[in-house]
Amino acid sequence: MIAEAGHFALILALFVAMVQAVVPMVGAQRGNETWMAMDRPTAISQVFLVAFAFGCLTYSHVVSDFSVLNVYQNSHSEKPMLYKVAGVWGNHEGSLLLWVFILALFGSAAAFFGNNLPPTLRARVLGVQAMVSVGFYLFMLLTSNPFERMLPAAPDGQGLNPLLQDPGLAFHPPFLYLGYVGFSMAFSFAIAALIEGRVDAAWARWVRPWTLAAWCFLTIGIVLGSWWAYYELGWGGWWFWDPVENASFLPWLAGTALLHSAIVVEKRDTMKAWTIFLAILAFSMSLLGTFLVRSGVLTSVHAFATDPERGVFILMLLLVVIGGSLVLFAVRAPALKSTGVFKPISREGGLLLNNLVMSVAAAVVLLGTLYPLFLDAVGGAKVSVGPPFFNMVFIPLMMPMLIAMGVGPMLSWKRSDLGAIAKRMRLTFMLSIVAAAAAWSYETDGPFFAIMGIGVAVWLFMGTLIELAERIRLFTTPLGESFRRLVRQPRASWGMTLAHGGLAIMIAGMAGAGGWQVESVQVMKPGETVQVAGYDFTFRGAEDGQGPNYSVIRGVFDVTKDGKMIVELHPEKRDYPVREMPTTEAAIHTMFTGDLYAVIGDHEGTEGGYVTRIYFNPLVVWMWFGTLVIVMGGVISISDRRYRVGAPARQVAKPAAVKA
Amino acid sequence: MKRKHKRLTFVGVALLLLAGAVGLMLNAFEESIVFFHSPTDIAEKPMTPDRRMRLGGLVEEGSVIKMPDAVVVFNITDLANSTKVTYRGILPDLFREGQGVVAEGTYANGLFTASEVLAKHDENYMPPEVADALKKSGKWDEMSEEMKRQGMIEKETQQ
Repeated sequence: MIAEAGHFALILALFVAMVQAVVPMVGAQRGNETWMAMDRPTAISQVFLVAFAFGCLTYSHVVSDFSVLNVYQNSHSEKPMLYKVAGVWGNHEGSLLLWVFILALFGSAAAFFGNNLPPTLRARVLGVQAMVSVGFYLFMLLTSNPFERMLPAAPDGQGLNPLLQDPGLAFHPPFLYLGYVGFSMAFSFAIAALIEGRVDAAWARWVRPWTLAAWCFLTIGIVLGSWWAYYELGWGGWWFWDPVENASFLPWLAGTALLHSAIVVEKRDTMKAWTIFLAILAFSMSLLGTFLVRSGVLTSVHAFATDPERGVFILMLLLVVIGGSLVLFAVRAPALKSTGVFKPISREGGLLLNNLVMSVAAAVVLLGTLYPLFLDAVGGAKVSVGPPFFNMVFIPLMMPMLIAMGVGPMLSWKRSDLGAIAKRMRLTFMLSIVAAAAAWSYETDGPFFAIMGIGVAVWLFMGTLIELAERIRLFTTPLGESFRRLVRQPRASWGMTLAHGGLAIMIAGMAGAGGWQVESVQVMKPGETVQVAGYDFTFRGAEDGQGPNYSVIRGVFDVTKDGKMIVELHPEKRDYPVREMPTTEAAIHTMFTGDLYAVIGDHEGTEGGYVTRIYFNPLVVWMWFGTLVIVMGGVISISDRRYRVGAPARQVAKPAAVKA
Repeated sequence: MKRKHKRLTFVGVALLLLAGAVGLMLNAFEESIVFFHSPTDIAEKPMTPDRRMRLGGLVEEGSVIKMPDAVVVFNITDLANSTKVTYRGILPDLFREGQGVVAEGTYANGLFTASEVLAKHDENYMPPEVADALKKSGKWDEMSEEMKRQGMIEKETQQ
């Protein structure tokens, strides 16, 4: 019953979305207010219907109703409750339901908070939003119905892939989807603006909080995935340039560019068409990511949908959305007139440079990801494009931008003087060189880009601090005055300072972990000791045990440095009988300077020996901490008064209208 | 500076960036693209020593030998030919005899030295490259029913 009710709610949601896609759009075109006013009730009823459907599926998972195919295939009665719930989106059908649920959530949020939007714009935004929904409802109902029954019911389920039974991964997909789908708002606003033929400062202010929210969620989602890979896969790495990782990174790059170009539209009334293009691009990349992951075209853990029918459907959806919006863009974008002019060396110029690098970087990642698929499709050789390729291209590409980023916020609008800035950055420059030299002396044959990364991180961090200090006139006015200025900083400026500073911390972490990782693989008998990066790891032996739904071999390591006890590590090797699948649980001890990381492998020999793998991963925690700071910057920026509901309505810039 | 000149500056910067990226990519493609080979490829074609490549197939039954110092030696086979592989480290959790596997490393003098061994992440999954290698060697049909229930073929017949 419950499953049928959920299915029915989903069908109803499809029809509501169809109405929402057509009626308000036509109303906006004809100036019919009654028709336009249909946007809010439909958007809000849509979210209730999908929420109900989502609730039904969750209920079926929680009570382990094995007459529902989706529950049977992905759940097991003995699974802990957290993973019963997480199992709802840990599979193809359920994750799509989550996708449309979030899409409807964003739509209803726009309906709810959209009081101050001009009625035609709101009607069109929600109309476009509903069109995307219709595509996904159809996809679900026609090819991936999560409520499909399986009769007779099975006595027990097949269980969830144990690799996915992990708190980090339980929340990775929802955040990722909040990010992916969040860009649909920017997309809807962009399409609506193209239809209206109008992009102005007010438009940029409306788009910004949505884009920021999506960007924050996506950042969290990507890093959760990376964190999971770091401790669950047991390979000591945190980013593998795996196609699925790239699929989530692409919209992030486009979204980051969009965030920055929207500032230029808001403040300087220029770069409009480009911003619209980026909004389309960001969402297109989200769709492409969904396609790559969901269609099963990739060789990857995520490709649980090896189903051509689905792949073709998403591909069609992709072509319609991307193709359609680009055609609309080609027709309407020339009508978007920009008024602001600026010199190459200016804040606008700096932001444009960010945009160019981000776009080129996105193109590189896209090409590297799709090239093997393309070659395979045309019958060429089978190749894989892995980390060496991306590191060789991506890092050198990013370096100049990061250097420019250190001074970018100091540039003034319209035209600026690099010479004066260079003078202020002299000390910072020397500090960066010293930091890089220190990194070099730590290990004189260390990798070049890691050494440079440390220097660049210091440069960016100091540059960000100096910019803040100048803004609050530190040391040039009395301290009290500076403090008052500090407190009165607009939240958006705080956001920038935190995000840039956080990135600097993150880059230091990436350089450290990428450049100076120490790895040691050996067979260890109880009592034996190996030294890794100055830490002595003594193997005390391993014992068998039982977890809630797995059996476990648990190793014990004592880690000491200079005879002083640091920590006891317990790496595990788990075996999940339901899926007959073992997993590795690395033991990680996090310190400010780096992580001690131990993995236990197979039993070896007769004297209780095990294969062990031990890493010292320098500065890893800086990456996670940097991410936190970045996301905090984003959240603070969203809360800026200028973007708050009601605030922008009173200062709508003079419309740069063109004939619609 | 006139508007037109200014725009030219930006176009110039953009082109420069793009040219830089393309240059980096071509260079990286040449150096770091990894080709996939089957044991039959290795048996029949000459391989450049020290060039990184991927080798895929099944772990030959009864071929896994554990050596001292965490070294493992095994054969990867496409049932027509097989290649000897040596690897030092912890094998993936799902590495088993008779199962699909992909190794990355270098080949020289009849020995494939793997720096990485990838087994499937999921028991329902066989790397497509491995399935392909088996089909190419014409041995796909000889595989046991148990193997056939896994991997691609199951999904294909479900349609």
